[in-house]
Amino acid sequence: MTAHTFRDRRRRAVNRLMLALTGVCAVLTVVPLVLIFGYLLREGASSIDLAFLTHTPKPTGETGGGMANGIVGTLEMVGLAALIGLPVAIGAGMYLAESTGSRFATAVRFTADVLNGVPSIVTGIFVYLLVVVPTGGFSALAGSIALATMLVPMVTRTTEEMVRLVPREMLEGGLALGLPRWRTMLGIVLPAARGGIITGALVGIARIAGETAPLLFTALGNQFWQLDPRHPTAALPLQIFSYAISPYDDWHRQAWAGALLLILLVLTLSLGARLVFGRPERRA
Amino acid sequence: MDAQPLQRPRTPIPTAAPVPPAQQPGPAALPTAIEARDFSFWYGANQALNGISLVIPDRRVTAFIGPSGCGKSTFLRSINRMNELIPGTRHQGDVTLRGESVYRGEVDVVGLRRRIGMVFQKSNPFPKSIYDNVAYGPRVNGLARKRADLDELVETSLRSAALWDEVSDRLHTSALGLSGGQQQRLCIARALAAQPDVLLMDEPASALDPIATQKIEELIYGLKQQYTIVIVTHNMQQAARVSDFTAFFYMGSLVEMGRTDLLFTTPKEDRTEAYITGRFG
Ligand SMILES: Nc1ncnc2c1ncn2[C@@H]1O[C@H](COP(=O)(O)OP(=O)(O)OP(=O)(O)O)[C@@H](O)[C@H]1O
Ligand SMILES: [Mg+2]
Repeated sequence: MTAHTFRDRRRRAVNRLMLALTGVCAVLTVVPLVLIFGYLLREGASSIDLAFLTHTPKPTGETGGGMANGIVGTLEMVGLAALIGLPVAIGAGMYLAESTGSRFATAVRFTADVLNGVPSIVTGIFVYLLVVVPTGGFSALAGSIALATMLVPMVTRTTEEMVRLVPREMLEGGLALGLPRWRTMLGIVLPAARGGIITGALVGIARIAGETAPLLFTALGNQFWQLDPRHPTAALPLQIFSYAISPYDDWHRQAWAGALLLILLVLTLSLGARLVFGRPERRA
Repeated sequence: MDAQPLQRPRTPIPTAAPVPPAQQPGPAALPTAIEARDFSFWYGANQALNGISLVIPDRRVTAFIGPSGCGKSTFLRSINRMNELIPGTRHQGDVTLRGESVYRGEVDVVGLRRRIGMVFQKSNPFPKSIYDNVAYGPRVNGLARKRADLDELVETSLRSAALWDEVSDRLHTSALGLSGGQQQRLCIARALAAQPDVLLMDEPASALDPIATQKIEELIYGLKQQYTIVIVTHNMQQAARVSDFTAFFYMGSLVEMGRTDLLFTTPKEDRTEAYITGRFG
């Protein structure tokens, strides 16, 4: 009896200790985000004003101006990358989910995983050689292609996972009705996986929205308005980068503001993904 | 709530036999809907069906019974070629639907499956609205082009599946909000909306409570006026109640098939008797 209660107490103590340790780890995970966000708020919040949001940069060394062209450029390039990348990624993900045993699918899956791990600067150089050099110049389109190159493997793999999670009975139910396989996949299986795929897409978009390296050799950046995707275009991360390494205090101030704006954008996308994913959806 | 399908008089269950049993026809004497000739089936190296030959009569209910793993589902899914979705399977012999081969020559599998409706053991409504569950097949297959036609087809199908009264006021809500029994009847409605000739049901009531089960059984009873129905069941009372003919499978072979009343009262084979009296399985 005594031995028993002793062991019991010991077990509870160990349990509490372990719980506390994992709790500390959990806090350590959250701390960087809180610190980054807090610091950015302190340094950047006051600088996000109307001028920052609506003006283009002033010539080197002058104070004032804003990052309006960078904001629009980022939205343009990320939007274009999503437009190019998402259909490819979702199609490829469905293909991979459909073909389990085939060698080709295994090769594609492996390639996607490797591509996921390729440093983004390498992707930038690759797109520079493949798009910028042949087309004769830096462009938003090249930037979008670089971003899409990063987006595709991420979303391909999540789409595959999500489609695989759809119960096989859905596919069988559709086929048993005499629906062609592609109709069943597109009309029944894909919508059944919709929540997860949208989440994956939003997380992927949030990832590429903040990328700087792949844009350095592709979109290049621009001090002026440029909405034509065939020309060099400003992007928020590029602007932050060049302002942060500049010697001017006013540009440092704006770099902080840009960073805050960027993290807000990423945060919004991630929260959106959470909302979609967290939506209570009853499964059959 | 009346679970009878539309405009059909309630008929007693089990099968009433106005003609003296001895004069009633066996399965082979009636028009044939489906016939299997020496049909065998393999999952990889594992043989699941062993030379099945049988005749399924038109517009009757045929039940498949037998212990778990004896090949009932495999045979059922061989009729509409659902098994070929599983890699590594092969077959021998043939199945015919109204005299046409299901396997030989250039068979349009999609067209074949349109003629054969299937209801699964686990109800599998699509994650769409109740309306769209029923309408999706006809819409894709071009059975109803106009909105009004589609509405009518959806209503008729839901009525035939004895579900209309329960869902008519929430057709556009998610099908996943229905109870298990309602979901299964929705799957029956969905199969009926494709206007099939044959209805295959694999243990359609095994996950349902007695009341929902009774509804499904009454439904089957009404539907056989129009459809040839094949039902797999583990419940011998259910086979006795709903079917006209019963086939007893054992270890991948067909042991015997005959009129349900005769098979349950005077089985020809010892193994059948052992099974229906509960001595094994
Ligand atoms: N997908 C599959 N892959 C490999 N073997 C299978 C597969 N499905 C069934 N089998 C095997 O085929 C045999 C027949 O299975 P089947 O599902 O047809 O039996 P059943 O009579 O429907 O059984 P139950 O009453 O349990 O549903 C079994 O031995 C089973 O293990
Ligand atoms: Mg089975």
